[in-house]
Amino acid sequence: MVNLTIDNRKIEAEAGRTVLEVARENGIVIPTLCAHESLEPTGSCRLCVVEAKQGKRTRIVTSCLYPVAEGLIVDTKSERVMNVRRLVLQLLMARCPESEQLKAMAEEMGVKPEPRFTPDKDNVKCILCRMCVRTCEKIVGVSAIGFSYRGTEKNVCTPFKEESATCIGCGACAYVCPTGHIEMETTETGDARTIWGRTFKMQTCKVCGRYFAPVDQLAYISKKTGASADDLAVCVSCR
Amino acid sequence: MEAKVKEIVQRYSGDKSYLVPILQDVQKEFNYLPKDALTAVSANLNVPISRVYEVVTFYKAFSLKPKGRYQLSLCMGTACHVRGAELIARNIEDILGIKEGDTTPDLEFSFETVGCLGACALGPVIVVNGEYHGHMNIAKSTKLLKNLGKKVATDDQD
Amino acid sequence: MTKIKSFNELKSVQERLKAGRDPKKPCITICVGTGCLAYGTQKLVDSFREELAKRNLAEKVDFRTTGCHGFCERGPMVVIHPEKVFYQRVGLTDAGEIIDKTILKGEIIDRLLYVDPATGEKVIHEDDVPFYKKQTRLVFGLNSKVDPKSLEDYLAIGGYSALGKALTGMKPEAIIQEVIKANLRGRGGGGFPAGWKWDETRKAHGEPKYVICNADEGDPGAYMDRSLLEGNPHLVLEGMIIGAFAIGSSQGYIYVRNEYPLAVENITLAMNQAREAGLLGENILGTGFSFDVKINRGGGAFVCGESSALFASLEGRAGEPRAKYIHATHKGLYDKPTDLNNVETWANVPFIIEKGADWYASMGTAGSKGTKIFSLVGKINNTGLVEVPMGTTLRKIVFEIGGGIPDGRKFKAIQTGGPSGGCIPEQYLDLPVDFDELTKIGSMMGSGGMIVMDDRNCMVNVAKYFTNFLVNESCGKCVPCREGIRRMRDILVDITEGRGQEGDIELLESIAKGIQDGALCALGNSAPNPVMSTIRYFRDEYIAHIKEKRCPAGVCKELITYSVDAEKCTGCTVCSKVCPTGAASGERKKAHKIDTAKCTKCGACRESCKFDAIIVR
Repeated sequence: MVNLTIDNRKIEAEAGRTVLEVARENGIVIPTLCAHESLEPTGSCRLCVVEAKQGKRTRIVTSCLYPVAEGLIVDTKSERVMNVRRLVLQLLMARCPESEQLKAMAEEMGVKPEPRFTPDKDNVKCILCRMCVRTCEKIVGVSAIGFSYRGTEKNVCTPFKEESATCIGCGACAYVCPTGHIEMETTETGDARTIWGRTFKMQTCKVCGRYFAPVDQLAYISKKTGASADDLAVCVSCR
Repeated sequence: MEAKVKEIVQRYSGDKSYLVPILQDVQKEFNYLPKDALTAVSANLNVPISRVYEVVTFYKAFSLKPKGRYQLSLCMGTACHVRGAELIARNIEDILGIKEGDTTPDLEFSFETVGCLGACALGPVIVVNGEYHGHMNIAKSTKLLKNLGKKVATDDQD
Repeated sequence: MTKIKSFNELKSVQERLKAGRDPKKPCITICVGTGCLAYGTQKLVDSFREELAKRNLAEKVDFRTTGCHGFCERGPMVVIHPEKVFYQRVGLTDAGEIIDKTILKGEIIDRLLYVDPATGEKVIHEDDVPFYKKQTRLVFGLNSKVDPKSLEDYLAIGGYSALGKALTGMKPEAIIQEVIKANLRGRGGGGFPAGWKWDETRKAHGEPKYVICNADEGDPGAYMDRSLLEGNPHLVLEGMIIGAFAIGSSQGYIYVRNEYPLAVENITLAMNQAREAGLLGENILGTGFSFDVKINRGGGAFVCGESSALFASLEGRAGEPRAKYIHATHKGLYDKPTDLNNVETWANVPFIIEKGADWYASMGTAGSKGTKIFSLVGKINNTGLVEVPMGTTLRKIVFEIGGGIPDGRKFKAIQTGGPSGGCIPEQYLDLPVDFDELTKIGSMMGSGGMIVMDDRNCMVNVAKYFTNFLVNESCGKCVPCREGIRRMRDILVDITEGRGQEGDIELLESIAKGIQDGALCALGNSAPNPVMSTIRYFRDEYIAHIKEKRCPAGVCKELITYSVDAEKCTGCTVCSKVCPTGAASGERKKAHKIDTAKCTKCGACRESCKFDAIIVR
C-alpha cells in the first residue's frame, strides 16, 4: 500500500494502480475520452492529465497511465492542467464540429470553441480515441479495422478501405465508439446489417425465430470455442 | 508473386518483428507494394492485414502506387530550405502538374520531398534515380526536367 | 582476417599492421562520404586508380578512400601523404595531373589549393587550413586515417585496444564508473548521462538486456551521425561492444535511417569483418563474452528517433511513442531493460576507456564534457562538419571556423537543435555552446545541427517550415500534437499569406503552452519551440506580417512584389529567359520590366540577376 495526496486529500492505495483508478474510486472526477474499463489505457486524448509532484519534480502526466507512489502529490485541477484540457476540447471540437458529445463535455467544463480554429468540413466524428481498434484487436480478436497513415491524415479504416474479409460484423466497435462515428445499419426486417461497407447476413434464433447475430460472428465463435454452429444459434434471451 | 514474397519472409525467418525490412525488400522487388503482395506478407508472416496496412501507410518509405521512370527527390532539409528549396518544389509541381508524393499519370515522373539528405554543402539538392544534382535553383530545376524529356510551357517562347 | 583469440594477439596484430605501413610512402587519400560522392567523386576515384595503373605506380603509391573529413563545402578533396598536401574542389579529370606533378615531381598545383579568404594566402598543408586548425577533431579526425571498408586500417591506428582493455582489464561496474566520471552525456540531443543509463540498465530486472545504437538522425540539416557511421563504423561498433559488456547485454541493434544506404553498407561490412576477426559475436577476443548486433533500417519517420517509437518500429509496428513513466532502462524493447544511445555517444566511449575519464573531463565545460560534432549549414561560407570542445562560442563556430556569411550578407540568426530547438539571434553569439547554455535562452544544442540564416531569411517563414515539418512527422496518436501543431501551422500560414489577425501571437503562445504540457512525447512537447523562440527574438517581424501585411525579409510570396530597378538593369535579358511565365521582359540593352499580373514570385529572376537589379519589397 502507498500513501498519496490527491487534491489535498490523503489517500491510501495499492501500489501498481493508476492515479485515475484511485481517484475515481475516491469520488474525484477526472474527465476522459479514450479510457475504457475493459481496455488497457493508451494515453492519447490527454484529457485526464494531472499535475503530479514526486519529491522535487513536478510533471504533467496522464492519470490513466501514471502509477500511484508513496508521497505523490496530485492536483487534478491546476492551471496548467485546465489549460491542457481546454486546448484538447477546443481542438477536438474544431475537428468534429458535428459531435454533440464533445459540445456537451465542453459546456460542462466551461470551455468555449476557439474561433481561430476553423472547423473541419469533412463531417468526420472520429476523435481517434482508439477504442474501436483496441476492442477489435484485444477483445474481439480479429483486428479487422486498424489505423492508417499518420498525423492529421491518421484514420481508422478497413485495410485498403475495402470490405474486410476478417470482420465478423459483431458491431463491438460501433458500440464502444463515444461519438457515434462508426455506423451500423440494420435492414427493416433485421435480416442483414451493414458495417464498414460490408453486409452481413443475420442468424435467426432457433427458439424464438428473431434475427440476433451475424452468421459470420457465430462461425467465428464456433471456431474459437469449438461449440457447434447449431448450438450457438440461440439468442441471449432464449438461453 | 506469392512465391517471391514467401522467400523474402523466409529470409527473416518469418520473424514478425522484421515486418518493416520485409516490406522494404518486397518494395524493392516490385518497385512498389502491390495489394496482393501485402496480402501474401500478411498470410506468410501471420500478421493481420490491418497491421500490415497500418505499417505500410505510416512510413513514408512505402508506396502503394507504382513509381515513375524518373524518381525525383528534392531535399527539404533546413539548410536547403533556407537556400530556397521551397520555391524549387513549387516550380517542379507546377511543371509536372502533380503534387509532391505523386506520380505523373504517364508514369514518367515521381516527385517527392525528403527530409535532409545530408549533402548540405550542395544544397539545394535533387536526386534523380540515385544521381545527385546539387546547387539547384528554379531555373536549373526547369532545365533538369526539360533534359529528362518533360515539355515545359515556355518552350514555345524560346 | 582470421580470428583474434586474445588481447595479446590483438596487440601483435595491431603492431604488425602498423609496422607494415611505411609512414614515408606516398599515399593519396580521397573522401567518398555521401556529400563528396554527390559531387561525382566516384569518377575521380576510378580515374586515380586507372592513372596509377597506367603509370605502374600501384605498388609504389598507396591509394585510400576515406569517409567524410568535414570540409564539405570544398569537395572533392584529395590529401597527399606524407606531407598532407591539401587539394580542394578537385576536378573530376585532375587525377593524371596530380599524379604527374605532385606525386612524381613534388610540385604543388596552385589552382587546387585552398585560399584563406581572410589573408588571401594559399594554404598547402591540411593541418594549416584554418577550418581544420581551429577545431579539436578528436573523434571525427579519425575519418581521415581509415578506409571505412578496411578493418586493417582501423587496427593499424590502434583500433579495438579500448575493447581489449575493457574486456580483459576492467570489471563491468568499473567501466560504468569511468563513463559516469567522464560525464559523457547523450549526443543525440537528450544530453542524459550515458553512464547512469548504463548503470540503470545493468541493475534492472529482466533478461535479455538490449543495447541499441540510434542512427535515425532525423533533424534536417544534421548529418554527423551518418558521416561517423559511413566513415568509421568500427569506432561506433567498438563503443557498443564495450557498453554491452558493461551492461551485461548479449544482443544489440543498430537502427539506421532508411535514407542512409552507404552508412548501412559500411556498418554491415564492418560487422562482418569484426565477426570474422573474433571482435564481435561468440567469445570475443577469447574472453567468453558474447555479443552480436543486428541492423534495422527505418521506414522514413522522424518520430522513430524517439526511443519508444524506435522500439515500436523494431518490434514491427507503426512508430508510435508511448508514455514514458517507466523508463526504457527498465522496460524498453519488448518490455526488457534497454539501453539506447546515439551514434556519436558510442563513438566517444573507446576514447574514454583508452585514455581515462580524467583526460576526457578535462575538455569542455563544468556540465558538458568532451567535444561535440556540429553540422554547420545554411548561409555559411564553410559548410561542413565541425568538431570543437564543449563550451566553444557560437561566434567562433560561425565566423572563425565557418568563415562567416556568404555574399557579404548580414548574420541574422542561427537555428540549433532541429525541430525541437530554436533560433538564436546575434546578441547571443558569444554564448558557449553546451547542453545547458542554449536551453536557457529558449533553444537547445540538440543533436548538433546548426543552420545559419541571413537577412534574406524570414523568421516567420522559418517557424512555419519547422511547424509544417512536424505536422508531417507527427504520429497522430495524441490530440495536442496531432491537432495542436496543425492549428499552429495554419495560423502561421495565415500570417505569411497576409491573413494574420490581431491576437494571433498571443494565441500561438497559449496553444504552445498547452502542447508543451499536454503532448505525449518529446516530439510533441518540443514542437512549439521554433515558433516560441522566433516570437521571442523576432516579434517585430511577426507584427509586420500581421499588422502591415509586410515581409521585411522579402520572402513571403503573398506579401511581396517583384520589380526591376531601372538604374541597375543593363538589359542583359537573363531574367526574361529564366522567367517561367513571361512576366519579366524587355529589349536587349534596355531596362526590363516585370508584369506583376503574370509574376508568380518564383524568384528565378532575382536568383539569376548579376546586377542586383531585381527589387523585392
